[in-house]
Amino acid sequence: MTNPVREELLDKLKAFDSNAQDADLEALVDSLLQNFGEDAIETNHKLLAEIGSVASYIHDMKTQLASLRPDEIKSDFLPTAADELDAIVGATEQATHNILSAMETLEEVAGNLEADASDKVNDAVTQVYEACSFQDITGQRISRVVNALQHVEIKVDKLLNAFGGEEFVPENATAKSTPKRADGVERPDEDLLNGPQLPGEGVSQDDIDALMGFD
Amino acid sequence: MSDVDMNMPILIVDDYKTMLRIVRNLLKQLGFNNVDEATDGSSALQKLRGKQYSLVISDWNMEPMSGLQLLKECRADAHLKDLSFIMVTAESKTENVIAAKQAGVNNYIVKPFNAATLKKKLIAVLGNF
Repeated sequence: MTNPVREELLDKLKAFDSNAQDADLEALVDSLLQNFGEDAIETNHKLLAEIGSVASYIHDMKTQLASLRPDEIKSDFLPTAADELDAIVGATEQATHNILSAMETLEEVAGNLEADASDKVNDAVTQVYEACSFQDITGQRISRVVNALQHVEIKVDKLLNAFGGEEFVPENATAKSTPKRADGVERPDEDLLNGPQLPGEGVSQDDIDALMGFD
Repeated sequence: MSDVDMNMPILIVDDYKTMLRIVRNLLKQLGFNNVDEATDGSSALQKLRGKQYSLVISDWNMEPMSGLQLLKECRADAHLKDLSFIMVTAESKTENVIAAKQAGVNNYIVKPFNAATLKKKLIAVLGNF
């Protein structure tokens, strides 16, 4: 015999979670109904209302989260941030090696100078060597930031999966793409402000000269 | 007169090539020219087992084998247990220093450091030069 409370409960749950399997929902409802006697109709209705309220709350939360575009955080912002930080480490490392090469040359030349001048140059070279250790420290700090970003990416991924995986995308036009800038500043050339390009990306000076018709 | 053989073989270990170059240059300025390099604990251990060094100056934070693991490997090896070992690292929490001390490190330099600090620690480990 059909139980109207059971059917109503099932319909509400199905309406709010299209990803759930029918068999899972039926099992859940049956297990809930086992705890109630024949005369507990009023209690069942209260329970039904509560579950409906919770389902509605979850649905609203999913909509709110979708409007925040967590899919963008995972697909665009986090990978870009990690690439930019890696590029910083690579660029500062290269620059530091160039500085060290110049200092090594200077140190060799200092050997040909008079003692007083040689000492002064060597002292200055030593200070540059000491200062260049910044690259190691900043590299380690940036590695920790990249690691933190990877943790955020994992959490966002779990959030997306928990709320419907690939289907967790905005349902309506109110969920706009996130602006490139977080500070709210709007510039007419915003779309052209791409920043320094990563190694291997962008165009070379030769390409630019060719495009512009320069020698 | 120097108590120290300035031609002693020294192994410096760091996964940042810039840091290897900086330490090598600072050692050169102090008069130490016989310096080899390794970029992680595993390759350092291989070099230590293939040649007799007088001193290791190692970073801590390296993969796959860290400086602390390298130190422990050295202290557990009959041929390397008495090797002078200086940790040069950005790891500056008390627990790091205690762990290194318990593992048998001879001295500990926190990055960033200057030439004067390096010299002071070398004297503490090797004697006057």
